[in-house]
Amino acid sequence: MNEAAASPNPEAPRGVRSHARGYLGFLRMAAGRVTRGSPGFWIWTVGLLVVVWFGVDAWAKQVEQGMGVTGMTDHVSWGLYIANFTFLVGLAAGGVMMVIPAYLYRDKDLHETVILGELLAIAAIVMCLLFVVVDLGRPDRALHLVPWIGEFHFPSSLMSWDVIALNGYLLLNAHVCGYLLYKRYRGETPGRGWYLPLVVVGIAWAISIHTVTAFIYCGLGGRPFWNTALMAPRFLTSAFVAGPAFIILILQIARRFGGLTHGEGSIRTLTGILRVTIWINLVMLGSEVFTALYTGGSHAATTHYLYFGHDGKEALVPWMWTSLGAMLLGALILFLPRVDRRRGWLDLACVLVFGGVWIEKGMGLIVPGFVPSALHEWVEYVPTPAEWKITWGIWAGGLLLYTLMLKVALPVMTGQLRQKP
Amino acid sequence: MKPVCACHAKPGAISRRTALKGAGAMLGAAAFAKALAPLANWAREELTVEEFVQKHYRELDAEGLKQVLARHERSALEDYGAEVTIGDHRPREGVVFGYALNLGVCIGCRKCVEACHRENNHDRPGRGSYIRVLEMEKGSMDLEKGNARYEGLVPREGRFYLPVQCHQCEHPPCVDVCPVEATWREDDGIVVVDYDWCIGCRYCEAACPYHARKFNWRKPAIPKDEINPDQSYLGNRIRPAGVIEKCHFCLHRTREGRLPACLEACPTGARVFGNLLDPSSAVRKVIDHRRVYVLKEELGLKPNFFYFFD
Repeated sequence: MNEAAASPNPEAPRGVRSHARGYLGFLRMAAGRVTRGSPGFWIWTVGLLVVVWFGVDAWAKQVEQGMGVTGMTDHVSWGLYIANFTFLVGLAAGGVMMVIPAYLYRDKDLHETVILGELLAIAAIVMCLLFVVVDLGRPDRALHLVPWIGEFHFPSSLMSWDVIALNGYLLLNAHVCGYLLYKRYRGETPGRGWYLPLVVVGIAWAISIHTVTAFIYCGLGGRPFWNTALMAPRFLTSAFVAGPAFIILILQIARRFGGLTHGEGSIRTLTGILRVTIWINLVMLGSEVFTALYTGGSHAATTHYLYFGHDGKEALVPWMWTSLGAMLLGALILFLPRVDRRRGWLDLACVLVFGGVWIEKGMGLIVPGFVPSALHEWVEYVPTPAEWKITWGIWAGGLLLYTLMLKVALPVMTGQLRQKP
Repeated sequence: MKPVCACHAKPGAISRRTALKGAGAMLGAAAFAKALAPLANWAREELTVEEFVQKHYRELDAEGLKQVLARHERSALEDYGAEVTIGDHRPREGVVFGYALNLGVCIGCRKCVEACHRENNHDRPGRGSYIRVLEMEKGSMDLEKGNARYEGLVPREGRFYLPVQCHQCEHPPCVDVCPVEATWREDDGIVVVDYDWCIGCRYCEAACPYHARKFNWRKPAIPKDEINPDQSYLGNRIRPAGVIEKCHFCLHRTREGRLPACLEACPTGARVFGNLLDPSSAVRKVIDHRRVYVLKEELGLKPNFFYFFD
């Protein structure tokens, strides 16, 4: 967030140094603010910290004993970590569905709440980076991935593109959020030049992070299940399901506990988006399944395994039908007129489609790319307790980060928190 | 922001709330320190500063490389109790290695698998090897009908056998996808891995259509007297945990003019190895005079590994 600190204010004739001091003061205030709270706040954060602890504990043991503590094998060499990584890139990109209406269509209500989506992008990207780190066999060599310090294989490796895309997106959002909150906190009008161009770049960047992530998989000729041109569009669509669904839930929590007064209109807009994207996602899924199963042959092997199993191997079958059922049910509920009046139905739909997409992107997409393996061997993958602990640990860490950021951002946005003159 | 709650009214006095928070924070910090203890343990035992700052193989100068090789020889002695020699075998001018395999005579005995296991210092409990043999149904080249877990007497009626190892592609997708250039194709066509540079992301393992890459899920376990002491930095030296490995055409042998271990172990003479640039080499004779089949040729990766039939 430091580039905002160095930015001179276009309105007030103040020096860079004064703003650097001011921004540090803002960060100090934020640090103080997140260490004070109601009993409910403490139960929530300490609860999350306990889950984080189990994750850290399991990860330290994984590093010490080797990746053999996971359920992954040379046949299924990516599992729960990369599945969650992929899903969370989508969640980070999904926030852009708030940014587009807020800035390009000048939706007033969304303009007041869009910061929730931008902060979500920060938390989600941090989780993505953590999921990559825990998946590395040699986390001590992570610096090899850093341009100039290591050997950055750009542009050949799509993973090097992803390093740029994800970290760039993190910086963009950190700057925009930091700058806007700082200005609000001081009661000053943000200088449009200092954030608007970056918001526009951020919209394109959001599309790019998920496209590049899809290209990691669909560019591999040796994995027929992934080698489909529909991969990137499907990734984006499912991102625009998971993102809005999550934010609708967060908006309601923020209205109830965070003193957010806006958000009614945002929920309506996002519900409208969700109503469309979930069906596009289902159509694309159906198109993939039809193409594979009707054609038959070896290209259908994975799809058939996913939904019906293969020769008694059925580890993914319950996941897939749960996902399909949840997405279909959520999509149908979203058509009921009552979702606009009764929030319980909307919440249920959001949880269903969010969970459905999480399964579809993880167990339904990353894992089956390896089943059957390149030499058509059938080896199934079942995550171990260590993998689940690390996975939930990272999710808890991300939620904790998001909570703390919201704890500062919400009162600043609603005007309850202002710098004393 | 100044605290405004009542418990902070008396200046100088530590309130109950502050004390509670302080105690909680200390407890939490201690708990996390305990959770991280295995990490510290691992760093102490497995990591050295030299290794942490070590450069990429292709950027090491002669002196730097000498020190690295000496360090690995020392750690083989410390960790495994074995005296080994780790060389740096470089490609020879005018050589591109190729391999041909006669499917007509292979009987699926897996002697090559075993030879690779011993020659290349594979993990013993994991039964590691760079070669997988598929038992195929006669009348089909469809890998879907193959079975890599066959047992019992071979060759079985109605079956033929398809050994698969790294095809040393001219356009290796595994090399393209590596985010840190830890793997590359050398001038003699052998695709190698710098085990000291690999970060263990396993993208290459996903990219390979021949299932040729293997990951070290744990630190390899090998009894002292089973360790092959004749080793090479980019070849068969004992790999660290958490990195990728693959078939390197036994470069510690072939770059010295010897034959790969899998070929020497084959009892039927199904394996033919040699220099593709030399028209009189055995492998060139096979390619020039026999009918040759390339596995998954449609992927366009141009392997230097060929199958032929009698």
